[in-house]
Parts: sequence; C-alpha cells; structure tokens
Amino acid sequence: MASSTEVNKTATLSQSTTGAQRPGRFGIYGGRYVPETLVAALDELEHAYAEAQGDPAFHARLDSLLSDYAGRPTPLYFAERLTEALGGAKIYLKREDLLHTGAHKINNCIGQGLLAQRMDKHRIIAETGAGQHGVATATVCALLGMECVVYMGEEDMHRQELNVYRMRLLGAEVRGVSSGSKTLKDAINEAMRDWVTNVRTTHYLLGSVLGAHPYPAMVRDFHRVIGKEARQQIQEKEGRLPTAVIACVGGGSNAIGAFYEFIPDKNVRLIGVEAGGRGPKLGEHAARFQGGAPGVLQGTYSYVLQDDDGQIALTHSVSAGLDYASVGPEHAALHDSGRAEYVSATDEDALAATVKLARMEGILPALESAHAVAECIRMAPSLAAYEILLVNLSGRGDKDMGILSRELKLKGA
Amino acid sequence: MSIRFANKPGLVAYLTAGDPDLKTTHAIALAAIDAGADVIELGVPFSDPVADGPVIQRASERALARGTRLADVLELGKELRAARPDAGLVIFSYYNPILRFGLEKFCSAAAEAGMDGVLVTDMIVEEADEYLAYLAKHRLAPIFLAAPTSPDARLERIAAASKGFVYAISRTGITGTQKSLAADAESLVKRLRQYTNLPIAVGFGVSNAEHFATVGEFADAAVVGSAIVALIEKSESADAPSSIARFIQGLRAPAMQAR
Repeated sequence: MASSTEVNKTATLSQSTTGAQRPGRFGIYGGRYVPETLVAALDELEHAYAEAQGDPAFHARLDSLLSDYAGRPTPLYFAERLTEALGGAKIYLKREDLLHTGAHKINNCIGQGLLAQRMDKHRIIAETGAGQHGVATATVCALLGMECVVYMGEEDMHRQELNVYRMRLLGAEVRGVSSGSKTLKDAINEAMRDWVTNVRTTHYLLGSVLGAHPYPAMVRDFHRVIGKEARQQIQEKEGRLPTAVIACVGGGSNAIGAFYEFIPDKNVRLIGVEAGGRGPKLGEHAARFQGGAPGVLQGTYSYVLQDDDGQIALTHSVSAGLDYASVGPEHAALHDSGRAEYVSATDEDALAATVKLARMEGILPALESAHAVAECIRMAPSLAAYEILLVNLSGRGDKDMGILSRELKLKGA
Repeated sequence: MSIRFANKPGLVAYLTAGDPDLKTTHAIALAAIDAGADVIELGVPFSDPVADGPVIQRASERALARGTRLADVLELGKELRAARPDAGLVIFSYYNPILRFGLEKFCSAAAEAGMDGVLVTDMIVEEADEYLAYLAKHRLAPIFLAAPTSPDARLERIAAASKGFVYAISRTGITGTQKSLAADAESLVKRLRQYTNLPIAVGFGVSNAEHFATVGEFADAAVVGSAIVALIEKSESADAPSSIARFIQGLRAPAMQAR
C-alpha cells in the first residue's frame, strides 16, 4: 500500500492507474479490470500462451495453418493507377483482404483456437462488430471441431447480414444483443457475461487488442506477422522503408499488427485512422483520441468516449468494425508517447474512398479499411513522388454490399 | 465502522440507486434497514454493467434514464447516514464512474457522506494499490469479491486486502436469481475462512427464505440483490418500501423459527 506522499503524487485522473512496470501495461494503460471470477481464466490463458510461445510444435502448427489454410504471406501490391491519379506518393496496399474469410482477423483466430485446444476448452465464444471476427472464429471452430457462439449487436446483424448467414452456415450460433446501441460494445458485454458464467469450459476468443491482460498483447502478437511481412516486402520492392504506415483503428488489431515491426524505425510515421462518423459531436463518431478521455471499459484502461459522469457514450460509424467507444491500450500509449498519430475519416470520406479504390484498382475494401484508404487519398497528393504510403487493407468489402447499395444508391433508376 | 452483523445470519441488501427514483430509493433503504438489513449496498448505475444479469441491467437503465449521477448517490448516502446512524452503508459501483469523478475526490466525498465501505465490481487486488491507499486514507472499508474460481493464494490476498466483510460469490456467473444455491458457495466460504476472521457474506442468486437459511448455516451473512430489485421493478413506487420490508422480514422469519 502506498504512503500518503505517494498518494499525493498520483492524484490526477490520468495517472490514477499507474504501474508501468506491471505486466499487461502499456505505459499507464491496459491492466485487468474484470470481475474476480474471470481472473483465474485470464491467468490460465496467460500461462498457456507463454508456454505455447516456447513450444516449437505450436509455432509449426500455427505457421502451417497461416500459410496453407489462411493464405499467408499476403501480397504487398503497388497501386499504380491510384498513385498516378493522386499524383504524389507511391501507394502500396498490404492485401490482408485476400486472406481466407476476407480479413486479417483469421490470424488471431487460428492462434487463439490452437491455444483453446491446448487448454482443453472446446466451447468458444466471441463478439463481433462487422462480422469479420465472427466469421473467422466460426471458421476456425469448424476447422478444429469446436462449439461456437458469436454475440453480435442487432444493429450490426442488420447491417452486416451476409456475415450472419456465413457464420450460421459454418455451424456457429449467432446470438443477437439488443442492449445499448446494439453494436460491438454491447456484444462484448454479453460475451463477457457468458464467459463469467461458463468460464470453466469456455474460451473467450476476443477479436481485438482490447480487454484484460493478456488479450491486448496476445492478439497483437498474432497479428505482428502483417508488419513483419510488409516491412520485408517493401524493402525488397523499394529498397527502403515507407514514409508512413496507415491503418484503420477500431479496437486496433490490424493497426497494431501493421505498426509493430515499424515502431523502432523512428522515421516511419505510424498513422491510425479512427471513425469520424457523421461529425465531432459525442455520439456521432468513434474517434476516441479526439473526443475521449482515459477510463476503464470492458477490462482495460484506455481512451474511452464517455460523458462527464463516466457513463460510456454511444458511438456511430458507417463501418460496424470501427463503431466502438474505446481503443486498444497499446494505441493509447503510442498516442501519448507521440510514436503513432491518430486521425479520423468521416463516413462520407470512407464511402468515397471505397468507390475510388474499386474503380481505380478493382479492389473493393471493407468499409473499415476504407477509412485508412481515405487518409491515404488525403495525404498522397501533397507528398513527393519518392515518398511511400503503405496502407494496410485489412479486409474486403463484399460484406458491405447491402450498406453500400443503400448509401451509394446503386439501385434505382 | 458500522459494518456489523447484529443479526445471524446478517443481511446485506443491494439497491440500484435512482431506481425508480432517488426519493423512492431513500424510502426503500430506510424500510430495509428497519426491517432488519444490516448493510445497504447503494448501487451506482452504469451504462455497461458486465457483471450483472438482466434485472440489475434494467434497473441501471431506468436509473440512468432518470439522470442519476454518482454525486446523487453520495448525497443519498449522506441522507441515509443522518437518518440511520448505525446502519452499514456501502457504495457499490463499476470503476469508471469513480475514475471519472476522481478517485481521491470520490473517497473524500464518500467518507464525508458517512459511508462505511466501497465495493468496485471490476477492481481486483492486483490493480488496487492506489485504490486501497485512498480508501485507507479516508477510512473506508475496501470490500472485495471472492469467486469459486479464485485459487487459495488469491483468496489469501483478497482476505488480506478486505475490511468490513468479504463478499463470496456463490457461483460462476452474473447477478440474478436462481432456483437452488450452488454447492460452490459452501466450499468457497470454507476455503476463505482459512484466511480471515472478517464476516463472510454470500451473494449472487440468494433470492428466498430457503436460500437465506442455507447460507446462514455456513456463512455470516447473505447478500440479496436481484430479488429485491425485481420486486421494486414490479411494485408501484409508493408501495415499494413496504413490499421490500415485508420481503426482508419474510427472509428472516423461517430462519428464526428454525433456531
């Protein structure tokens, strides 16, 4: 217990959760803020993960599934027509959209699925926003022969209907969540309630770099392969590192995966793009670094969109995968240290970027990834031709056809 | 320190503050104390109550819809303290409303309101250094949860960090009523007893006189939450205090007769 002088030193809100040296912390962020019932399971997961990390057999199985089943490595594609049209920096796309199931999410799902096997847990639960994590989880459960329950907000079930069908086809049970804004945050609440009840038999396959320790570090590790490949590929193609790596940030799993290997490369800018939604008013967006304050949500201390009473704010984004009130704690630390920059793109920017990429390159990005493309489109013209922008194209947009046809009025006369 | 269990078994009654409104919560709390509740847990409504079942989720939504704020809950606590100097009064919250209010400012205000203790659902002993320091500075009892899944080494830490009482969760799960009490509860209390002389209160799913009597056989007190909140949900505001008083008297009556 701290003495009273120590108490006085740590009296500000942002420092009230200190302990940079403790495991599971990124600077002052992260930690474990969960009901006591879950602590033993988090400890078990932490130990199983540490053990697996030291086990060559685990890595061999993971690597083999990542290459033969998921389709790694993914290409780094030079978007020549887009580059020419924008008339500035060279644009490269890291094609995570080409992975099995259509997004980067499969990297983490294979990893955690194998961990669940090691822990002898055969019931898997997951939350999903856009449905990409749910589909990847359902896929891995089919592959490994495990029971799968996916929680999804009813609003998201409506706007990502195709993914709901996919999950059901794969044998997963999709449970609709009708509380709150009926989106990702509410799905996580319900998944946590399931986990706390069935913790002895169930693994919670959390889909982003969120939640209590060890999830943020573990999920990041499973996605580090994105940045590892990209860093090597850009050097092979260009003989140098990019000016910036750009990725969308919901919870932030694709972004941290893309950024991580570049963190020591101080001259490479790391740019995370949050959902600017319909505008800067609280409730109309999911730009945590613009409207949020440090707080605790769903197990971790990070930036949170909240009101003056600490009640979590509702959020909005055209993209279900970015529509979340908090952000991974490691991003919070990268933000505060200045190593990464966080900007936002509006719904409108993302929709325009989707159309542009589709028509210039024949690539339909997920609405989430389109936020990163939008920032790239904004930046590229002002940069010189020798500069390189590396965009993590985290997912493909087939799942968004319903919403795109409504928003872009593709139907009609 | 007013956390004492004068009655055996003791009764901790949980109320979501502001459901259906603060004035009614005030009246219900007084009625509950007068009917034999030793400790009142004043629940701070939160938008994302991950440890709670549907009954308390709905109560939180109703309280938030009425605009209930942490400062209001502290004010309610202060009024209850003035009206019932000997009752045990505990603030029950998720961590974020307290963090946003300011941890030190909260502890200072809670102490000034005459609260005896604080229970934060998503605060575990490993994260609690500053939290414990501020509570100690303001002489508030930290009440931690112990779970059936907590190994003995954790129970020892939980017992060592707790004051007032230790809250033993009867089963893995969220708050809510159930038909029968899990066998988990008794073995957890036995394991916990190795490490503490503090009273042990058993909660989660304690909803009727039979459960209450059962808990009384192996623990010092029972926490009743969802059953009370569900009754408040069903009652007209004006009738809620007397309904709760009758419910609490009914919990105890058979236990007393059995002795």
